[in-house]
This record gives sequence, structure tokens and C-alpha cells, in this order.
Amino acid sequence: MKVTLRVNGQTVEAEGVWPGASLLTMLRDDLELPGSKNACEQGECGSCSVLMDGELVCACLVQAGQAEGRDIRTVEGLSGEGDGDVGDVQQAFLDAGGVQCGFCTPGFIMAVDHLLSHEPAPSDETTREALSGNLCRCTGYEKILDAVRLAAERRADGSAVATTGGAQR
Amino acid sequence: MTDVTSTDATTTPWTTIPSPNQPFAPAHPAQPHRGVPGGVGTSARRPDGIPKVKGEFAYSSDLWAEGMLHGATVRSPHPYARIVSIDTSVAKSMDGVRAVLVADDVPGAKVYGMEHDDQPVLAWDVVRYHGESVAIVAAEDPETARRAADAVVVSYQELDPIVDPEFAISGDAPELHEGTGNITRHVKIRHGEQDVSAPVVVTGRYEMGMQDQAFLGPESGMVLPGVDGGVDIFVATQWMHVDRGQVAKCLGLPEDQVRITLAGVGGAFGAREDLSMQVHASMLALHTNRPVRMVYSREESFFGHVHRHPAWMEYEHGATEEGDLVYVKVRVLLDGGAYTSSSTAVAGNAGRFSIGPYECPNATIDSIVAYTNNPPCGAMRGFGAVQVALGHEAQMDKLAAKLGMDPVDLRIRNAMSQGSVMPTGQVVHNPAPVRELLEAVRDAPHRELPVVGERDVIDIRQLPGGAANSTHGEDVRRGVGYGVGFKNVGFAEGFDDYSTARVTLSRGAEGPIVSVHHAASEVGQGLVTICMQIARTELPVGPAIVLPADTQVGSAGSSSASRQTYMTGGAVKQSCELVRSELLDRAAGHVGVARAGLRLADDGTIRNAADGILLDDVTELLSTPIEIEREFRHRETFPMDPERGQGDADVQFAFAAHRAVVDVDAGLGIVRVLDMATAQDVGKAMNPQQLEGQIEGGTSHGVGLALMEEIQVVGGKVRNPSFTDYLIPTVLDMPTVQMTIMELGDPEAPYGVRGVGEPPSISSTPAIAAAVRDATGVAITRVPIRPDDIVFGA
Repeated sequence: MKVTLRVNGQTVEAEGVWPGASLLTMLRDDLELPGSKNACEQGECGSCSVLMDGELVCACLVQAGQAEGRDIRTVEGLSGEGDGDVGDVQQAFLDAGGVQCGFCTPGFIMAVDHLLSHEPAPSDETTREALSGNLCRCTGYEKILDAVRLAAERRADGSAVATTGGAQR
Repeated sequence: MTDVTSTDATTTPWTTIPSPNQPFAPAHPAQPHRGVPGGVGTSARRPDGIPKVKGEFAYSSDLWAEGMLHGATVRSPHPYARIVSIDTSVAKSMDGVRAVLVADDVPGAKVYGMEHDDQPVLAWDVVRYHGESVAIVAAEDPETARRAADAVVVSYQELDPIVDPEFAISGDAPELHEGTGNITRHVKIRHGEQDVSAPVVVTGRYEMGMQDQAFLGPESGMVLPGVDGGVDIFVATQWMHVDRGQVAKCLGLPEDQVRITLAGVGGAFGAREDLSMQVHASMLALHTNRPVRMVYSREESFFGHVHRHPAWMEYEHGATEEGDLVYVKVRVLLDGGAYTSSSTAVAGNAGRFSIGPYECPNATIDSIVAYTNNPPCGAMRGFGAVQVALGHEAQMDKLAAKLGMDPVDLRIRNAMSQGSVMPTGQVVHNPAPVRELLEAVRDAPHRELPVVGERDVIDIRQLPGGAANSTHGEDVRRGVGYGVGFKNVGFAEGFDDYSTARVTLSRGAEGPIVSVHHAASEVGQGLVTICMQIARTELPVGPAIVLPADTQVGSAGSSSASRQTYMTGGAVKQSCELVRSELLDRAAGHVGVARAGLRLADDGTIRNAADGILLDDVTELLSTPIEIEREFRHRETFPMDPERGQGDADVQFAFAAHRAVVDVDAGLGIVRVLDMATAQDVGKAMNPQQLEGQIEGGTSHGVGLALMEEIQVVGGKVRNPSFTDYLIPTVLDMPTVQMTIMELGDPEAPYGVRGVGEPPSISSTPAIAAAVRDATGVAITRVPIRPDDIVFGA
């Protein structure tokens, strides 16, 4: 089947998508956007988190066909082409040491970006609740919490780096 | 998708960053600058960080090649059965299916293994565990491959599975492997007097369930058929050279025709030490002469790797009235499952570390690992020391209670220290700060914690059960518990443990450049960062880059046993030092001065004995590159003798202690960990930020093991192969970990480092079990602690 949707600000057409495919499979295999990860395929780990019309979803739980006409934001949409050209949440993960194996990182970054866009100064309890759908096996989460605190601080004092990729606010 | 056939730079799993790199640690005080910017001791950034946050890092499940096929595996639904027939005809006839292969199609050896070649590439006569591979399929797309796998008709005659390891070794059970018996290994350690008594005796039986490594990146990879009849394998693995040996044997190829490159690894924790899809995808690629990609689903991943050995432990501790240990008797029984994997080494560790980091003049230790029809077990973070730590720490608490002593005081009274003797007779030559670690966690400040009391709580999210609203504080009890543990760093028992590094100093477009090439697996732990830091420190003349790990350089050994910073770090350091020496030779010749007294300064200049600058730019010395490849070995270790287990089996010991504070909803049996304080001697904090990440992550594995993580095996069948049913800690389950880092330094190790990855996973679990005991008064003899154990426990 053919699916037409907006991905990271551009209208794209995915041709020949298997009708049983999830949005995650379509992004990874048909649209060549492998940044969203497949770690459980049942919505438990959050590694495939993307924004669909501004809402945080597990791309593995959305049928590819359901994305017809929708606006999708993936981790690839948060940064620019250049090597150091990364979004503010991405930069905070780098600075805070929130990345180890990195498999969960794209999903966490989408979830944190979504959290901070709704709740610019979240308490730790609120952050934990908001990120409880994302599993990380390496970090024990503390450095990820550090990254959230850092990104929130930088946004508050205006020192956040520019987001060339145009993260949706 | 990353095209593995392209030579584009994006195929390297990480990119290079310029040196010097500015360290930055926002959430913690600025790290002291020690020596070279971005060098050893700084919180230098990960070189693979940027591609990882951008979603551009090429994990093994992200690979792509023109014309690739997709592989799938047919697995046994039974734990033990005879294969009567395999009918592949329907599967082969399906549109888009390019190959369906069975055991007869294995070109070389039909069995492989880490320690013993006992695991079939594809089962032919008998399947011995639920999920064992029976046939493999390649098709044009993943869905067709999966359907074709379903269409392979295997006729089984079910056999009674042996699921109880005690029965397996009783002599009454049939042999699972012909001619070997069901005891994979029996480690006997006899230390001091064997028939000794003591005035105070405590006994206990303890049990640990089967934990899964649960890395997030599933087993996966890509194999390209080579023009020479060999294969190029891109895979997430822990030890590519041992993979290569096994793959070559099974394919009937010389090792140099099996070329392995590390693809991006989504966590490991021991689960990638054994083969998964390497031989299968290679067979399919050679058969079809097309690239083959295999990516396991989460469900398949639970069947695709070994797990932590479940353990049943019997302890008897004898002590004086004053609390000095007189003797310990231990019997540890480990369930190794259907195949050996690394079971014999796990049993060795479980034996050597079974009494904990304590001095005891007499010990009788039996550590036994059995074959059963349960899932194969092997390496997981902590490797044998995790199991016994539950037992020895529970016993110390029990003994303290019987003596009316403080549990930390009792531990300190018996704590091992430098010069202590292990049950193996080995003298601990280097710092063993067990007392200091215990004091540090005992004296760590208590965080401000939620007030327990009926309706006396500000935020229910801080209570056991959290937002599930299962309590407002009623029946919530607080407890505090301690644990300390230790294990070996590096391979033991006489294994020839080494790592290889090739370091090249050459002239790049913008000046000198240091390239480091090794085959060690970056699995997330940050080894690539450490190697760059070492290169910057030892050769501060230009940017350092770490090349992709592959088999074009010698073995680095496994990314396991907390050994890579010591071993591959040591290899990089050693090769850098030799490069530096050659550079100074060239400088002396170039300027025409004596070599003696010359040194390479931190600012990249070459200075003479009077600290005057001899050369401020070494570029002119590099008309030909300087390249050194050397193997690095740690001090030799020795086997334990089979009757008394005596021998200097270990090279280095690593210690950690934890204090856990928990709240327990005693009515529902729900536990919330409020605080974890830990102390660890790391020898040298090579990268403080990464170190903290290792300690926090390792502690989270201990929290999971204590409270939630268990593969449910019923009648040999795995009942919970998913993240819905196998639970790992979320951010709601993990408290902040406060830590005391000690840098006592091991004079035998590069920079004094002590392996850091595993100790946090050893002492965290028993500390939580102790805290739950303290809160509830329930004995708690088993982890993971189930709600029933608390509510209905004695």
C-alpha cells in the first residue's frame, strides 16, 4: 500500500508498504529513518517513541496506515546535518552522560522533548512519571534525569543551543 | 539504514572527535583536570555520543545491503524431544523463499560452544531446551521469512524434561549428553581444617531465580558472502575472535576467511558472549550467495541467549561468641541448562567467592553446575559472584542477629584486607578495603525520605505502589540493609588472558594523528572513550581516533569480567608507550642529540632533560608512520587443583558495598527502594562520569534482581519472554545512587585501575534483601522477592 504523511516537516510518500506494517517498520524500512529503535514491538520499552500530531506514541503500536495524513516527528528531526548540530535535549544527553549503549536514547530524547514542551520545569516526580514508559538497561536512569534537569535549566535561562532541525514546540 | 557494503565513513559505528576535548559534567562538580585535556582522569565525552543521540549510530539491527535477504529461525516448542522428521517442502515452495536449511546443511562442525563443543548449530536428533534452533530460512522480506519458518513441519516425540538440577545430578536421571553425566563441573575447595566446630552456628538455604540480561538491542547482524568463499560478518558481539573460531569451524572454513566487524551494540551484560545468529546467517549467505540480515524479535531474544544461572545455596557458618568466623560450609547448586556455555567458569567463581570478602580460617566449599532441560545459562554481569552474595550476606546478618551484634560491625570484624588469604590459598596482595567500604556506606548521609505514617504523606508517588494508589502510608514499614561483595577482574584459573592493540602515529592533513585499532567490543560501557583518553595522555601530539573493531587486528578478549579497561586499556597504553619511545628515538636522531633524558611533554613538545623545548612540532618526524601492535597480558593465573581447589586463580579482586533503604507495603508485599548508597574501590577513576554511569547501571541490575526480574520456567518452558512479563526497573523503580569512590590503586594494573562494571551488581541485591528483612521481619531467602514471600512469609 501507499502511505502519504509528513515526516519531520516534509511530505513523503511511502510506496509498497506491507499492509501489516507498523509505523515503526515503515519509518525504518520504507522511509530509511532507522533512528527510532525496535526493542520490544509491544509498547513496553519506548525505544520507538515518536510524536504523531504532537502526541508521544510508540511507533510500534501505530499501524502504518493510521499515519496517513499525519504529522510525524522522529529523532532525526531534532538535529541538523552537521556533526555537532544537535538539538538541546540531545546536547543535554551528551553533556550529562545519559548515553551508554544508546539504544534507548532516541526514544528517551523524544519523550523528554515532549515533556519539556508541556512542562518546562518538571519536578523529579513528574519527570519520572513521564519517562516511566521508556526502558534503559545501561544507565540506571540517573544520568538521564540529569539530562532532563540540564535541558530544562538551559531552556529556562535561554542558554539552550539552537535546534536547527526545528523541534516542534 | 546503514549500507554495510559502502566504504563511506558512516559505516563506522562512531565518529572521531578532535583532541583536546573539553570535559563537561554539568550535574556534578567539575572534575579535576589531571594532565592532558580529555585524557585519563577527565570526564571526556563519548566519541559515539553524537551519532547515538541523532539516531545515526549503526546498530546491528540497522544494517542494510543491496539485494539482502532476511533470515528467520525455526525453534523447538518443547524442552526435551526427539526429532522424528523435518519437512521443509512447503516452506521451500513459498514465493520469495530462497533457502531452508537444517542440520545436514551445516558445512563443518555441527556443534559449537564457548568451553565445550556441545551445542548444535541446528538440532538434528534431539532438542534439549525450549527455543533450541532446528532450521533456518532466508526470504526476500522479513514477513515471508517468518511465515516460511512457521511452515517448516517438525515432528517431535516429546520426552520427559529434566527440570530439577538436584534430580539431574542424583544419578537417577538419564544423561542429557552421552557419556558426560549431568554434572557439568563440581568445584571443591577445602581450606584449613575440615572437621571443626564452633560455639555459635547459623545455617540457611537461599535461592536465586533466573535473571535475563535484557539488553535493549536484540541479537542481530548481517553476513555478506565473500568472493573468496568466505564471509564478512557485521554483528553485535562481546568477543569477535572467539566468535570467529566457532563460526569458522562450523562453516568448515579457515579462520582468515571469516572476517568479523563489530556492528553497533545495544547492550550486552554477558548475553553476547555466546553465538546467536552468526553461523545461521553465514550458512544462509553462503547458500544463497546473497547478503543475509537476521534480527531477533524481543520474544526470540529471550531464547537467543544464555541467562544468569539460577542457584540453590546451603550455608553453615560457625563463629566464636565474639563474632570471629571459625568456619563456613557451602554447597552451591547452579542450573546450567541444556548446554555448557560458560558454566564451568561460573561454577568456579561461585565457589571461590562463596564466603564473601571475609577472612575465615576454615572452609568447605562445593560448587556444582548441572545440565538440565532448562534454558542454557552462562555469562551475566557478576558471573557466579552475584548468586553467592545473596547467601553469604544473608548469613552474616543471621549470625549478627544471633550474636546480638550490629551487622556492619560483624562484617568489619571479619573483613578481608590486604594480605588476607582466600579459600583457594591465594594471598590478596593488593588493597582490599572491605572495612573502609562498609564504613563509607554505613556513614553515608541519609537522604530526606518521605515520612511513613497513615495519611502523613505529601506525594503518594513516593510510596510503594506509587501512582497505583495502593497505599497512603498505612502498613508501610521502613528497613535498612547492607551488602558487600567481590569478584575477580579478568579471566581466571590459568586462562591465557590478553588483549591486542595497534597504535599508529602518522601525519594527517592537519598534523599528527593517533589511530588506535583493537578488536574489543564497545557495548555501551564507554571503552572507546577510555582508549581515546589513554591515547591522548600517552601521545598528546594530535587528535586520537579509535578505528572500528574488527578481526584484522589480534584478539582483545571479551568485553566481560570487568576487564577491558585493564586489558585493552593496558594494551593501548603499552603500544602508545612504544610509539612514544620510537618518536623520541627519531627526535634524538633528527636533532642530533642524545636520546637519554628526552621526553614527550603534555603539550605535545619534545623536551630535553633540562625541560627545554627540543622540538615543538613532531610532524617532521613522521615522514613514515610509527606503528606498533603488541599483546598485553596480566600476571599469570593458575588452575585450582581438583581435590582441594587450591591455587592462585585470580589476578585482581574488585569490591563494592551497598546500603539499601526500602519502604515495604507489608499488606500487599510491594517494595519501594528509597535510597541506595554505595562505595567502591575503582583503583583509578579513568572517566568519572562514565564510572558513575557504570555504578548506577550496575546497581539497577541488582535492584531488578532483588525485586522483579525472573525468567519464569515451568516444566522447562519459558513463560514470560517479553518486556510485558519480564520486568526490568523503570525510572520509577530506581532511586538516586549516592556513591563513595575510592582510588586506592592496584600497582600491577595500568594506571592502577580496578575493573568497575560488575561489583555494583553483586552487593546491591543482598542489601535490598536485608532491608526488606529489616522492614518486615520476614526471613527472605529467595530473590527476586515476590509479594507472596513478604505477605505469607514467616
